[in-house]
Amino acid sequence: MEGDTLDFLPLIPMIKPKEKQNSVELYFMEARSKLIDIASFMDRIERDGLTDDFRYQAFLDALKELDTDKRAESVLLALSDLTEEPILVATTKAAAGAWPDKPR
Amino acid sequence: MRYIEPHAHMVSRTTDDYMSMVVAGCKAVCEPAFWAGFDRSSVNGFYDYFCQLTDYEPTRAAKFKLPHFSWLCINPKEAEDLVLAREVIAMIPDFMDRENVLGIGEIGLNKNSRNELTILEEHVNLAAEYNQLILVHTPHLEDKLKGTKLIVDLIKNDSRINPAKVLIDHVEEHTVKYVMDAGMWGGLTLYPESKCTSPRAIDILENYGADRLWMNSACDWGISVPLAVPYAAQEMRRRGYDDETLDQVFFKNPVSFLSQCPNFTVSG
Repeated sequence: MEGDTLDFLPLIPMIKPKEKQNSVELYFMEARSKLIDIASFMDRIERDGLTDDFRYQAFLDALKELDTDKRAESVLLALSDLTEEPILVATTKAAAGAWPDKPR
Repeated sequence: MRYIEPHAHMVSRTTDDYMSMVVAGCKAVCEPAFWAGFDRSSVNGFYDYFCQLTDYEPTRAAKFKLPHFSWLCINPKEAEDLVLAREVIAMIPDFMDRENVLGIGEIGLNKNSRNELTILEEHVNLAAEYNQLILVHTPHLEDKLKGTKLIVDLIKNDSRINPAKVLIDHVEEHTVKYVMDAGMWGGLTLYPESKCTSPRAIDILENYGADRLWMNSACDWGISVPLAVPYAAQEMRRRGYDDETLDQVFFKNPVSFLSQCPNFTVSG
């Protein structure tokens, strides 16, 4: 694999709705609700004194990606293990949702 | 509407789920071998599981007039034990002539360890030797990006494997391009939290094209929704898509990939 800078050639056929709907009409209320949930989550973590947790720190880093072009992709990358070599042995089966060894 | 459920762990689901899926328009369900939620203690546990996937479960589905197909492997979560994993792989050919078997899957990686990679390679070798379709599980959450790259690289480096006969499942916005660029198929898994929501999955279709992507529920014993696929279709309707496009995405696309296996047949 060439790394993270592959130029993607769109496949054919691209799909588009026959009758395009207004995305704000469709999704604003849902996004508004999730945004308030995020704000409430951050208030809760601060109130509980858990801001040093690596997952919360990764969460704060990921929030910065909302200022980029490809927000969903960038947020996912901010929460990912960016190393390339296999680990020696799996000591757990679970994933944490954020990379525990991310340099801080 | 009619649709295919290309990835569902029906051994973990109830007969009510079968009923709901059929009523919603499901025309076939495909069940990859997976982790039971606990490690099996011996190869005999896998023998019983493969019998369940190729005999008992299709019989249960047939009671609802739903064709049931299966994939065989040892899941990467159980790949750290190389001895056990190799015993299971050695047993798989004994089941390949069962009439509902589609190929090798869901193989892949979980924590991206060396042993997982070794067993992935041995599964891919098995698929090449027996000319089987391949269904690949990509890791969860923070491990997905790295795991997807390792998986795609490993398969691309095996010249015996036709990428058009490989589906890399659980792609998201940060991994889909690697799969598409490699000429493989991608699966969008519709989970409430840990994978894709319907709106995100549709966004990916709109950004990357729909001809080598499918959607699945991957419903199992965890938090998952067996009707996630028809719910996603309803979300596409809400965005203004017509029935012809829905039929392409939810029926014709998975049929196109799965029909590369002669065992897969479905009526509209």
